Amino acid sequence: MRLRYAKRGRLRFASHRDFQRALERALRRADVPMAYSAGFSPHPKISYANAAPTGTASEAEFFEIGLAQMCDPDDVRLRLDAALPPGLDIVDVVIARTSDFAERLQASRWRIELPGLTPAEAEVAVAALLAAEEVIVERMTKNGLRTFDVRGALCAARVMPTADGGAACAILTVVLRQATPAVRPDDVLAALRSVAPSPVLTGWHTPPPLVTREMQGPLAETGSADGFALGDPLAADREADQT
Amino acid sequence: MDMPRGYPDAMSAASVFPALEALLPRIQKPIQYVGGEVNAVVGDWDAAEVRWALMYPDAYEVGAPNQGVQILYEVLNEQPGVLCERTYAVWPDLEALMREHAVPQFTVDAHRPVGAFDLFGISFSTELGYTNMLTALDLAGIGILAVERGESDPIVVAGGHAAFNPEPIADFIDAAVLGDGEEAVLRLTDIVRDWKREGRPGGRAGLLQLIAASGVAYVPSLYDVEYLEDGRIRRVVPRQSGIPWRVAKHTLMDLDEWPYPKAPLVPLAETVHERMSVEIFRGCTRGCRFCQAGMITRPVRERSKAGIAAMVANGLQATGYEEVGLLSLSSADHSEIAEVTTYLADCYEGSQTSLSLPSTRVDAFNIDLANELSRNGRRSGLTFAPEGGSERMRRVINKQVTEEDLIRTVATAYAAGWRQVKLYFMCGLPTETDEDVLQIARMAAEVIRVGREVSGRRDIRCTVSIGGFVPKPHTPFQWAAQLDHETTDARLAKLRDAIRSNREYGKSIGFRYHDGKPGTIEGLLSRGDRRVGRVILQAWRDGARFDGWSEHFDFDRWSMAVHTALADEPVDLDWYTTRERDHAEVLPWDHLDSGLDREWLWEDWQDSVGEHGVEDCRWTPCFDCGVCDQLGTSIQVGPTDLGLPDVGHPEVRVGSPG
Ligand code: SF4
Repeated sequence: MRLRYAKRGRLRFASHRDFQRALERALRRADVPMAYSAGFSPHPKISYANAAPTGTASEAEFFEIGLAQMCDPDDVRLRLDAALPPGLDIVDVVIARTSDFAERLQASRWRIELPGLTPAEAEVAVAALLAAEEVIVERMTKNGLRTFDVRGALCAARVMPTADGGAACAILTVVLRQATPAVRPDDVLAALRSVAPSPVLTGWHTPPPLVTREMQGPLAETGSADGFALGDPLAADREADQT
Repeated sequence: MDMPRGYPDAMSAASVFPALEALLPRIQKPIQYVGGEVNAVVGDWDAAEVRWALMYPDAYEVGAPNQGVQILYEVLNEQPGVLCERTYAVWPDLEALMREHAVPQFTVDAHRPVGAFDLFGISFSTELGYTNMLTALDLAGIGILAVERGESDPIVVAGGHAAFNPEPIADFIDAAVLGDGEEAVLRLTDIVRDWKREGRPGGRAGLLQLIAASGVAYVPSLYDVEYLEDGRIRRVVPRQSGIPWRVAKHTLMDLDEWPYPKAPLVPLAETVHERMSVEIFRGCTRGCRFCQAGMITRPVRERSKAGIAAMVANGLQATGYEEVGLLSLSSADHSEIAEVTTYLADCYEGSQTSLSLPSTRVDAFNIDLANELSRNGRRSGLTFAPEGGSERMRRVINKQVTEEDLIRTVATAYAAGWRQVKLYFMCGLPTETDEDVLQIARMAAEVIRVGREVSGRRDIRCTVSIGGFVPKPHTPFQWAAQLDHETTDARLAKLRDAIRSNREYGKSIGFRYHDGKPGTIEGLLSRGDRRVGRVILQAWRDGARFDGWSEHFDFDRWSMAVHTALADEPVDLDWYTTRERDHAEVLPWDHLDSGLDREWLWEDWQDSVGEHGVEDCRWTPCFDCGVCDQLGTSIQVGPTDLGLPDVGHPEVRVGSPG
């Protein structure tokens, strides 16, 4: 079974490990008949895809579970969602009918709110980033200091129009291609800072940006005009189920 | 900066989360501050007549699993018109940001400012949490000193084991509850509710008088402490009539009527106990003389077999935990424990649910239980606590285990397939010499020798874990001199060398010890009087936080604080710690009644020095410790006629469906 969940509000501060523990317990409370791995200390069969970083909200996280018996996807969605704390919400469940799910998670669309920055200032920085051929940033990872080419992973970026002109808060939407190692929204911010150094940009850490993964899925085949359209990665399973 | 003071009743309770949220991306492990635990309750503020904030004064990862707080949280929230939320100590990274941005101490449930509640209860398992209380009071904008508090500030109530001598924190708290909290918090709630309904007669002072006069809690500000010239206490007297001379502890008699927590909290953040716990009994009558927990929680009150089975089944269903701990001071001592473990092992056989029984009893029975509970094959390690290194020391502390018992027990464990055995000891016990402690090295070597023989393997191990002994109030050792930390450390170093130098067996013996300095400060805080409050305040001002964590504890800061704060007094650190007290001395906690007869404790202290033991009073005639007649309580042990449900009963069968 493939499941999509959202990480919202204060629970965006849950790390991926926190979510894993909460999920395993919720599966037990909800009496979902899990399949267990064989061996000395059996554990439930669950696999996760590209978890959003701690502190980042998401509307499109995915994982797969192995079941010991067939279940109705809607029933699992309701029971599991009720067993998880509010803020960790199961939004979609399908029966896994296809094998290339991981390949369909080609890119993510992120919404980045930057309080303290005006849309006009953001425009300048985004234009500079898009104009560059390559923008390298460094980040400390578990495996030491790594470098990332942000421009290379970036499919699209734009400053969203805001109703009141958004004097106090610019909102960016960016689409990043899935890569190893993954380029993250904070890398995009670092890149923007490096291409458009401005005194205003240094203020970005107070208050901190609010980042939300809006969608994760296949890049549109035809290449839509602006490159922002992402497909639903669960659609193929749903279709296969109906035929 | 100074925190805003006092929160007027209405507007005050708004969530501080928006302000906090901006700080969370900048600190370590923000998840610990957001709440949202499974089974947490967010009550209706406006509908509540009495509002409690409860704190465990340590980091969330330690505090969230605390049973005492979870029990009271649920007991209070079940009451109509009562609301209870939790708060924990914030780490220094967040503390600094909260000060910078004027965010007050908040509850994790609805992120309300602690200063807006009627009562602020703090549960102390250890004295090393005192400085964290001061941080919380300060961040909450509640006066640190009780005398500075305004009409709208919460009533600050201390509870937990350390509250049996609340004198060192007497200046910071408004009241202290001794003993079991369940009924006590309900009675306090009633008093506060009535007082509010009647239009708060007498204001805050009037309320404190009501509390003191009821005997529910001890109100230190209503007692005067008079001192002798040499620094000892002359007497402790109530300041007005109607205030009791002595305040007694609370004892819950029927555990089956209090099956709490019914729905244990399941935190999102990782904590020190990733399991749920069921308390199978309270109290302990083994009478180990160093053990404050055993002394102050008498008499033994068992939960019935059926009560335990139901709590395990319901708790697993409510939490989704995979592990259940059967909790108590000495779990193998439940009179029906064999039946309970066999039953539970049958219920959960073949499921993913595992059971654990924290018990350190040195006997074969304990191993039978452990074997039963690890049927599914997970045999990690077993722990035994002989506590004293030599036969003589064990007589002094009344831990009635012979070396022969120990070796035989450990051999049985290795033969049954356990590979790893932990042995717990204490250093610095009364009358102890180097020789007593060095015997541990010999005993550990013998354990390995016999273990290799019976198991036929060389990869078996034992770990010796040893820490400094701290004399505690309400125990026979309350009069004893604490060993100074220099001698403690030197003795432990000799033991380490003795273990390491054993060529044949040394490599199979692990050695873990705690240095003596934190124990000295713990000793000061445990047996201190009101003057020690000045030391706590000074140390806190100098930056003391999280003193239970070795990376935060700073001995020099504390000894400087003792120096500064007690400069004008005839007493010092040694006076409080390494000094033996005599029979006539008034102890700071003598007016607090733990149910133990002072003369009985004294005789037991004398017997101890004379190396005489006493038996467990559950199975042998009463030794007149005083608990049962003074408190009108009695020992509650099985057999219970309440039977266990069928193993396959659907209510009980939880875990993975195959
Ligand atoms: S067995 Fe001894 S050490 Fe353990 S709780 Fe009882 S009295 Fe305390």
